[in-house]
Amino acid sequence: MAATRVTVADGPALVLAGYEGEPLRSLASYQAAGGYEQLAQARAQDPQQVIGEIIESNLRGRGGAFFPTGRKASFIPTPDKIAKPIYITVNADESEPGTFKDREIMLKVPHRLIEGCLIAAHAIQSRNVYIYIRGEYLAEWESLQGALDEARAAGILGEVDIVIHRGAGAYICGEETALLESLEGKRGQPRSKPPFPAISGVYASPTLINNVESITTIPAVLATGPAEYAKIGAPPDSTGTRLFCLSGNVERPGVYEAPHGITARHLIYDIGGGVPDGRELKAVMMGGSSFPVMTPGDLDTALDANSLGQKGYFIGSGVVTVIDDRSCIVQFALRVAQFYMHESCGKCTPCRVGTRWLVQILRAVENGTAQERDLELLLDVCDRIIGKCLCVLGDSAAMPVASCVTKFREEFRAHLAQGGCPFGGDSTLDHLFAPVDQHAHTPVAQEALS
Amino acid sequence: MSALYDEIQEVRKRYPPGTRSAVLPALRLAQERYGWLSREAIEEVADALELTPAYCFSVASFYDMFHLEPVGRHTVEVCTNVCCGLLGAQQVLEAFEQELGVAPGETTPDGEITLRAVECLGGCSTPTIVAIDHRYRQSVTPADVPTILEELRNGGD
Ligand SMILES: Cc1cc2nc3c(=O)[nH]c(=O)nc-3n(C[C@H](O)[C@H](O)[C@H](O)COP(=O)(O)O)c2cc1C
Ligand code: SF4
Ligand code: FES
Repeated sequence: MAATRVTVADGPALVLAGYEGEPLRSLASYQAAGGYEQLAQARAQDPQQVIGEIIESNLRGRGGAFFPTGRKASFIPTPDKIAKPIYITVNADESEPGTFKDREIMLKVPHRLIEGCLIAAHAIQSRNVYIYIRGEYLAEWESLQGALDEARAAGILGEVDIVIHRGAGAYICGEETALLESLEGKRGQPRSKPPFPAISGVYASPTLINNVESITTIPAVLATGPAEYAKIGAPPDSTGTRLFCLSGNVERPGVYEAPHGITARHLIYDIGGGVPDGRELKAVMMGGSSFPVMTPGDLDTALDANSLGQKGYFIGSGVVTVIDDRSCIVQFALRVAQFYMHESCGKCTPCRVGTRWLVQILRAVENGTAQERDLELLLDVCDRIIGKCLCVLGDSAAMPVASCVTKFREEFRAHLAQGGCPFGGDSTLDHLFAPVDQHAHTPVAQEALS
Repeated sequence: MSALYDEIQEVRKRYPPGTRSAVLPALRLAQERYGWLSREAIEEVADALELTPAYCFSVASFYDMFHLEPVGRHTVEVCTNVCCGLLGAQQVLEAFEQELGVAPGETTPDGEITLRAVECLGGCSTPTIVAIDHRYRQSVTPADVPTILEELRNGGD
């Protein structure tokens, strides 16, 4: 059973500082690596000054939206302005296909996440932190809970209470307002904004929501010094390092901490060892499955928000999944669409109905029963989803599908021309089962259908 | 009052009074105890939280990890999202189907093992990920399947 490769490449170890193959799980091991020193220094500072340093570093969110972390913290009212408790919720729902970095943080450097929480709590003067961890993460929860118990016993939490809240299996609960609903003990359906969580989040109180990696980077920012941190990576907008999640058809997959701005080619070929078995790279799932796929001509794009943005890509949660030429792109689009159909919370029509349509049309293309006009219909459905939903999950279903249709139109056409998949059953993704089809087997559904 | 009732009261203390935040942890506790969330189990949770069973059922039905029908004593969950799919997840799933004689979503006739396909488990660099009673096994291939099931049937209590 191979373990996940977790390595630092091409730059300073910041999030993973001190981790050299042995997890820093015990308090003693983390403290030996300088752990909790930044917390002590931050606590000696004025909260506003700490926020100022995070702003200066230009740290941006690692959960997908890349929003400036310091600015988000500055939106939280100070306690003298509001007679309600102030909350922090850490997003450890990590369910974006291709993303597996927050998990490694919780397994390898859990105390750094806790230190980040406590620094953030000091900065926004909060005493209540929730960490919402996806329900499937058992070993990760045990690791984090163990670290938390040890930190609490050592008196490190001070007046701050940190509660780990376990989810129960729902991708949508990673969306920040769905997360809040779920944390409040409800179905995880997104809220309409405004009000924004900074004003009315959990329990209608001011709430700061950040991704695990964003929070874990805060101690690293302070240790490096905000001005120095802001020089790393691809300044001014994409500063620092991030944990890239390299997977798929690549020789050395894993989590790599590397500076923003390395190229996709460098990550895949030099760091990752390239595509195995002498195959050709066909596409890259860039940023996550929620975004447009990257084509080989763009491999020299630097992995920073601006360079990617100029070409219509997103950095997302740092996902780089290599798809080689053994895979049918229609099957890829279909499987991605099935994921979003399964995970749509059903609250708004374009997403609830649109994701089903995408699946039906893509299946018809794959089976060769669709017509040329169905390719236009696919794009039309995408168009009627994008920008028209309550939350971003709708766009996340439509963007990858639309990108596959436009960038690989010839392959879609070949399905129509040949009356079926040109791979003839040999594609790696052939007949890949999707959980959305599993419900037909459950006793309740069988009873209803019979 | 039952042991579950007491456990749920303990969990409620983590959250501000008057909130419903304990619903998910309470449902989890009930499922850990009974294996699945029967009507009676949901009623017990509702009682302990002073909520209606209908409310607790509506929450439970939203989440993939809550079982509203009986499941086997063990669960085998195979990730079939794309990163695992690119490296043979379908073949791994089929090997489990073959060995167990059930389709995804079904339980073996002896009530021992439920097979499920699940979405990305966050272990994409060591495909295929299979969660055996919620413990991840990494880099699973079809050849590993008989051994995994043998271990589960012999070792697992
Ligand atoms: C459907 C959906 C799923 C999401 N899942 C996650 C997730 O699992 N983890 C995460 O940190 N952010 C996720 N996000 C992004 C969050 O809404 C939010 O932007 C993020 O947690 C903010 O933290 P950051 O600013 O530190 O990145 C998701 C967004 C959407 C629309
Ligand atoms: S876009 Fe989809 S997931 Fe988001 S609120 Fe609407 S139905 Fe729910
Ligand atoms: S795709 Fe299988 S764990 Fe992510």
